[in-house]
Amino acid sequence: MADGNGPGRVTLSGVVLAFLILILILASLYLFIAKPYWFPTLASVHGESIDSLFGVVLIVSGIAFVVVQGLLGFFIARYGQNGSERAAYWHDNPRAEAILLIGTAVILTVLVFMGQRVWASFYFTDAPADALVVQVTGEQFAWNFHYPGPDGAFGRTDNSLITATNTIGLDRNDPPAKDDILVIGQMHMVADRPVKVRLRSKDVIHSFFLPNLRVKQDAVPGMGIEIWFVPNKSGAYEIACAELCGLGHYRMKGALTIDASQADFDNWYKEQLAQQ
Amino acid sequence: MDDAHAAEHHHPQLGFWRKYVFSTDHKIIGIQYLITAMAMAIVGGLLSMLMRYQLAWPTSLSPIMAKIFPVAFSGGIMEPGFYISLVTMHGTIMVFFLFTAVLTGGFGNFLIPLQIGARDMAFPFLNALSYWVFLLSCIVIFSALFVTSGAPMGGWTAYAPLSAVPQAAPGQATGMTLWITAIALFTASGLMGGLNYVTTILTMRTRGMSMMRLPLTQWSLLITAILGLLAFPVLLAAGILLLFDRMGGTSFFLPAGIIMNQMPLAGHAGGHPLLWQHLFWFFGHPEVYIVILPAMGMASDILSTFCRKPIFSYRMMVYSMVAIAALSFVVWGHHMFVSGMSPFLGSVFTLTTLLIAVPSAIKTFNWLGTVWGARIRFTAAGLFALGFVSLFVSGGISGIFLGTSAADIQLQDTYFIVAHFHLVMAIAPLFAAFGGLYFWFPKMFGRFMNETLGKLHFWLSFTGVYAVFFPMHVLGIGGQMRRIYDPTQYMFLVPQQPVNVFISIAAFILGASQLIFLFNFFGSIFGGRRVTEYNPWHATTLEWSVPSPPGHGNFGVELPTVHRWAFDFAVPGEKEDFIPQTVPATVQAKH
Repeated sequence: MADGNGPGRVTLSGVVLAFLILILILASLYLFIAKPYWFPTLASVHGESIDSLFGVVLIVSGIAFVVVQGLLGFFIARYGQNGSERAAYWHDNPRAEAILLIGTAVILTVLVFMGQRVWASFYFTDAPADALVVQVTGEQFAWNFHYPGPDGAFGRTDNSLITATNTIGLDRNDPPAKDDILVIGQMHMVADRPVKVRLRSKDVIHSFFLPNLRVKQDAVPGMGIEIWFVPNKSGAYEIACAELCGLGHYRMKGALTIDASQADFDNWYKEQLAQQ
Repeated sequence: MDDAHAAEHHHPQLGFWRKYVFSTDHKIIGIQYLITAMAMAIVGGLLSMLMRYQLAWPTSLSPIMAKIFPVAFSGGIMEPGFYISLVTMHGTIMVFFLFTAVLTGGFGNFLIPLQIGARDMAFPFLNALSYWVFLLSCIVIFSALFVTSGAPMGGWTAYAPLSAVPQAAPGQATGMTLWITAIALFTASGLMGGLNYVTTILTMRTRGMSMMRLPLTQWSLLITAILGLLAFPVLLAAGILLLFDRMGGTSFFLPAGIIMNQMPLAGHAGGHPLLWQHLFWFFGHPEVYIVILPAMGMASDILSTFCRKPIFSYRMMVYSMVAIAALSFVVWGHHMFVSGMSPFLGSVFTLTTLLIAVPSAIKTFNWLGTVWGARIRFTAAGLFALGFVSLFVSGGISGIFLGTSAADIQLQDTYFIVAHFHLVMAIAPLFAAFGGLYFWFPKMFGRFMNETLGKLHFWLSFTGVYAVFFPMHVLGIGGQMRRIYDPTQYMFLVPQQPVNVFISIAAFILGASQLIFLFNFFGSIFGGRRVTEYNPWHATTLEWSVPSPPGHGNFGVELPTVHRWAFDFAVPGEKEDFIPQTVPATVQAKH
């Protein structure tokens, strides 16, 4: 057989596969640039930094995606064989590999540091002193909200006092509990006022998810976990559970209201207090 | 010659049962694993079709479904508990009983002795035992589907306390116990296999087969076996601790003060739910590499063969697999960023996770470098290998978002995660497995699969998997949570529902197109075109130097001698565009 040497051939299979990859690239560009479906409306300060971080990662990885998939598609179309053409024999290029390795590591390290600044701003800084503190207790299948009231002190809770209406066992005889309110499934906060959540669970792991605020924290039985954030866009939003917790996981939702002013919040608070 | 060895060569003709069922021949055992894994794939796939039906039309009444599944669809709508059982069983079956089994058990068994030049595994009886324990584990997990109190519903990740307290959900009683039992049996099977593979590859390579002349398939199987030996025991231990919490009154994972179904859970204190997650993911993260590494190894070898070009930078391909395996043990916390784990640990795991992206990127560049300047033969096997590269890139890149802990806050437990792990842990390995099946089928069965049907299978599958899984990124960005029986319960998710419908329809078409493969595979075993040459693909590795299928003992009277690496394609000045590993180096020197 003759020693075949010829350029790569454009073949039907190669072109079709390259075309499918092109569709993939175009579809992904459409989805991530035109954004027909995107993040829920942003309603928190912290959320801005998460969205920005996502945007940076999107650009970096988007470029990598388009370039790599594009090259793959191009090579597939360009380098087919339809007779006895021979491939090139080269199979090493230490310099190119070193450059690519170092380049990738540098880009990823930069992303790590950028991400860490955002992470630190949530977890390694304390909530401001004027934060609204709410104790949130997840259970199968509802979110319970315990507010401390104007005295700023939470009444004690005791498992033995739990009833169908007193779902966290609030001890009404405890003086600080007098102005506390217990609400199931409804949470209010005030725009631009920091909120500190103390998260607990009565039974299994749940996850406190506020999609619009970019807040998510697992509620773990046996743990009390504190997170804080600043809501900044008044409106009505939803609360979801983001960790499989049993049969009713899908309906473990709550209603979040970000009141435009402290006065609006106080009105709601007074209504709830009257019903305790 | 010891007795066992003498017996091997002088035994009388084996009966049907000893030859094809209770065989200790690695080739038969490999095929047994393949077929059993395929059966599990069909079960796991059907479960996902039901899931997609529910997600697309969560509130539609279906009298037909009520007829077929009177309990699960009572009243014409799926029961929420059934949905979560589907999710749990689909994930469990696919990760363990399909992917780990088909790649490590199926291809590992068939290929290792052949590609290293050995007659069989180091421990043939142990090998057979590993298959029968695996089959038993399949039967146990399958039976969990039919438990009257309900199939398990803890997700494949079985987080405590949901998995540790039998009354936490229906199905968490007997169903969950069966789940733990099946997983324990599976890990036992995996450990047996892992011991065999490591011993065989390290000690039974034929003369001339140095480590750096091994095909990448073998490197990947060796590294995977080591990962399995280190990781599976942790899962086994965690499962045993979980059984003790459930039945033995212990509190490894259970703190005091749990109120379940309005009743205090007595008799437990001092345990921590996060301990389960640490143990599970310490195993779970290496596990995903146990799935992807053999896929990478096989895809690399198949890609090189059909590009008619050496794999780009073989050395770096080996080193990067070793780096991935080593790093895989220090990234597990990226599954736990919002779990309540210390945020400081979250920072550490972000660093290690983005580090592990580096060797994966190297491998991707090397696949590109292989295709650049190639002369590609677009066989079904070659197409699947090319598809693997595209899918791995897509799945890998979404990992960058998730590894960045702060971005993961919003994306954790959403469909962005589902998209990521399906592409990178399920679909890419699936394509590598399909490529492997089309490639090695002639060697296994002495017949070809039908190439036209194979290509049709590829085109439909490649389009289908992207149609199903790419839009899921968008669902996750929009906030759709995982394991949610009815997304339309949430106002903020309702506008995205058309995407769910699109995905489900694509999934049904994708599922149906797999029937083409099944028809081709089983039909070709009996009626495929017979293979008349040892090496129909003009490949270089040792299995292509023997008949199709190889005889008992694999190689004739003398074991082969290896003279070169596995990638001598398109060597300049050579008559053929490939040189098998057994061809002495002097042949080249003449030119």
